[in-house]
Amino acid sequence: MAKDRKGTLDRREVVKAVLDERGDALVVTGLGSSCYDAGVHDHLNTFYLWGAMGAAAMMGLGLALAQPGRRVVVITGDGEMLMGLGSLATIGAKQPSNLAIVVIDNELYAETGMQPTHTSRGVDLAGMAKAAGFTAAETVYTQQALESSIGAIYRTAGPVFFDVKVSDKRYPMSIRLRDGAHIKNRFRENLLGPKAFD
Amino acid sequence: MKAETPPRLWPADIYKSFKRLEIAQVAYVPDAGHTQLILDCGADKEMETVSLTTEQEGVAMLAGGWLGGKRGALLMQSSGAGNCVNMLSLAQECRFPMLMLITMRGEWGEFNPWQLTMGQGSGRILEACGCVVQRVDRAEEVGEVAFAAGQMAFSTNRPIAVLIGQRVIGFKDWSK
Repeated sequence: MAKDRKGTLDRREVVKAVLDERGDALVVTGLGSSCYDAGVHDHLNTFYLWGAMGAAAMMGLGLALAQPGRRVVVITGDGEMLMGLGSLATIGAKQPSNLAIVVIDNELYAETGMQPTHTSRGVDLAGMAKAAGFTAAETVYTQQALESSIGAIYRTAGPVFFDVKVSDKRYPMSIRLRDGAHIKNRFRENLLGPKAFD
Repeated sequence: MKAETPPRLWPADIYKSFKRLEIAQVAYVPDAGHTQLILDCGADKEMETVSLTTEQEGVAMLAGGWLGGKRGALLMQSSGAGNCVNMLSLAQECRFPMLMLITMRGEWGEFNPWQLTMGQGSGRILEACGCVVQRVDRAEEVGEVAFAAGQMAFSTNRPIAVLIGQRVIGFKDWSK
């Protein structure tokens, strides 16, 4: 339990550092701040959730199983991950080697008024992922640890999990693209070509 | 009343429909009615079967599978339909196709009163979430209905739920 150690990393810089190395990886974001963080670096290989809280990790699993030759990276928040904790067990049981989950953990529900989440009270998401059978699962507090985790996010045989502790700094929305059917169709068309509309 | 012991040919009919539909991902929370189908899909090297902790995980998983170009099906019991409610906003908002096969409890010869809430409510709840709901009450029609529902789901990009009536499945003998 690391209740007393607080995050100092900047969420936008963390997400930028992760996405700068994306190559041909496929990305799924959770709703809220992690969607807006990733939206600053919009990419046709990114699917943004604007709702369906708790879906991100399982969307990542479905995508990873469908595209075993591609790396799939889920970028989501601590509140969103907490709503889908069972999916850690499901992913641990299934062992998709190409899936990475990155939680941008500010220990707050930022969208709804900055209420504390359970991670602020010592609940250890990386510990849960490790116990569920993820091949690597770490809590990241420092720039140095972040830099060394990025290689693992893209290359360590998964499933891997990184809980990155960030400050409570809030940023405005970035991306305006929120029509779900459009987000889905542009992702599929880019990935699958004409077969997307078979 | 004694429990029926139907020959249960219909699970194999669903499996054949899955093959015709090129279903590649099968997510499930187990139900006794789906036992044989889960075994058949698990033995098929062209299918990824995923056991879930809760049905809503399957909605999100199939959406991810479809993003990646694969067709999937979600198997559950009627008590799981309510667990999917908010997650079905994914299918509704993004027009994700989704084939859901739901074995019913709480509607015919049920002995467990706790099954009635979702057994009686599943259809209306799924409709309220934007699913097309189809029923099948005759064992010999289950495979065909599952195939037609899949065709429609993947051709029109919509969630289709097939409710497989408890009468098809048979009920637990509580009389001893």
